[in-house]
Amino acid sequence: MASDKASELPEGGMITEAGSSRKYLTGDWRSKRPECDELKCTNCLICWIYCPDNSIIVKDGKRVGFKLTHCKGCGICANQCPANAITMKDEVG
Amino acid sequence: MKKIAMNGDQAIALSWKQVDPDVVASYPITPQTIIVETFSEYVADGLVNTEYVCAESEHSAMSICIGASASGARTATATASAGLAFMWEVLYVASGMRLPIVMVVANRALSGPINIHCDHSDAMGARDSGWIQLFGENVQEAYDNSLMAFRVAEHMDIRMPMMTCLDGFIVTHSLERFEPLPDDVVKSFVGPFKYRHSLLDHKNPITMGPFDWTDYYFEHKYQQVEAMKRVTPVVNSVAKDFAKISGRDYQIIEPYKLEDADYAVLAMGSTAGTLKEMVDELRAEGKKVGSIKLRLFRPFPSAELAKMVEGLKGVAIMDRAVSIGAEGPIFPEARSALYDDKQRPRLINYVYGLGGRDIRPEELKHVFNQLIHNEGDTVNYLGVRK
Repeated sequence: MASDKASELPEGGMITEAGSSRKYLTGDWRSKRPECDELKCTNCLICWIYCPDNSIIVKDGKRVGFKLTHCKGCGICANQCPANAITMKDEVG
Repeated sequence: MKKIAMNGDQAIALSWKQVDPDVVASYPITPQTIIVETFSEYVADGLVNTEYVCAESEHSAMSICIGASASGARTATATASAGLAFMWEVLYVASGMRLPIVMVVANRALSGPINIHCDHSDAMGARDSGWIQLFGENVQEAYDNSLMAFRVAEHMDIRMPMMTCLDGFIVTHSLERFEPLPDDVVKSFVGPFKYRHSLLDHKNPITMGPFDWTDYYFEHKYQQVEAMKRVTPVVNSVAKDFAKISGRDYQIIEPYKLEDADYAVLAMGSTAGTLKEMVDELRAEGKKVGSIKLRLFRPFPSAELAKMVEGLKGVAIMDRAVSIGAEGPIFPEARSALYDDKQRPRLINYVYGLGGRDIRPEELKHVFNQLIHNEGDTVNYLGVRK
């Protein structure tokens, strides 16, 4: 969005650009971030199934990381992990 | 065009027939029912091209209007009393999304105790909703306002929903002679519907009504505040165009015999007509009195009112509604309008006619006499058995 002034914004909260939600990084909301102990992870991908924000990065059938631009820190992955490999850590600063 | 006899509701239906809106969604409620009943006959008879949706409630009716208007359709509806109250939530959605929906409100008291007759409580309850509100005195005005509303609401400087109000039963159900305009004149006056954005425009996809957070909501409300400031000049210019085709000249606030008057009474709706009769009678008795008809309530014409009452000694504000715990709704706005004027006249309030209680000429005469003799409380309840 070019301007955030009332006089220049599209009226009524209208979004006049398609696909603008891509720019909306909901990872900003996060207060805790998931961290994975690679030694405990079995690549069962249950975290990938459960993640409501599509934020488990999988490559060649293996979990390789978290997409922190959109991970809201809900902790479902940590809660569901059968190997207790994922823990939630406080975001600092 | 020659004069014909219709009641207020039929005249509104006729105005819609001539405008031929794309969508009308409504739910019948007394004293508005005749509008949608008559209009649905026009639809059934193939006299209009309107998509008519008989909704299951007023909440749904307004929601359908919102969807239709957002898709780029000229949209109209009508309601009254509890129906308007039931729309309350979605009224704000319509205005917040800046949709130029036109709605006729047949003013009726709110329950309880249950009552179907005229007062202005319904429209006053919606005064903060971001809708333009215009009140008419008689059948002619109700018809004329209904036509002008499309031009005002749809004006590209405004794009806001607009309510035109007529007194329940007193105007909606009273047969009056009035002069409709020829169909082709109405058509060219209203013109084709234009939109800036449409949900159906797949080449320019948009999102309407998204979640608006702490970071933008205030700005969007401020846009409405600013847009409302642009309404009065548009109402005036539309009225000017309307005068050219009809010979009927409307102002947002109209004085009657005020030039040399010392005292005046202000009212909205049909009572403004009775007031003129009383002014004539009192003038014949040599009393220097006049009256003021307030047509536009939102935006409130503060500056215009302040200018109009300049030099008067006393003004009574007639409110056909009451804000229980305060006073009538017009009164504090009128007082606020005059606050900065050091020479302001004495201003007193009369709450009257609630639940359709008849307002008799001698009661209005009493109001004038109280003004003249410097009597009356700040807030008075006219015609109630205390």
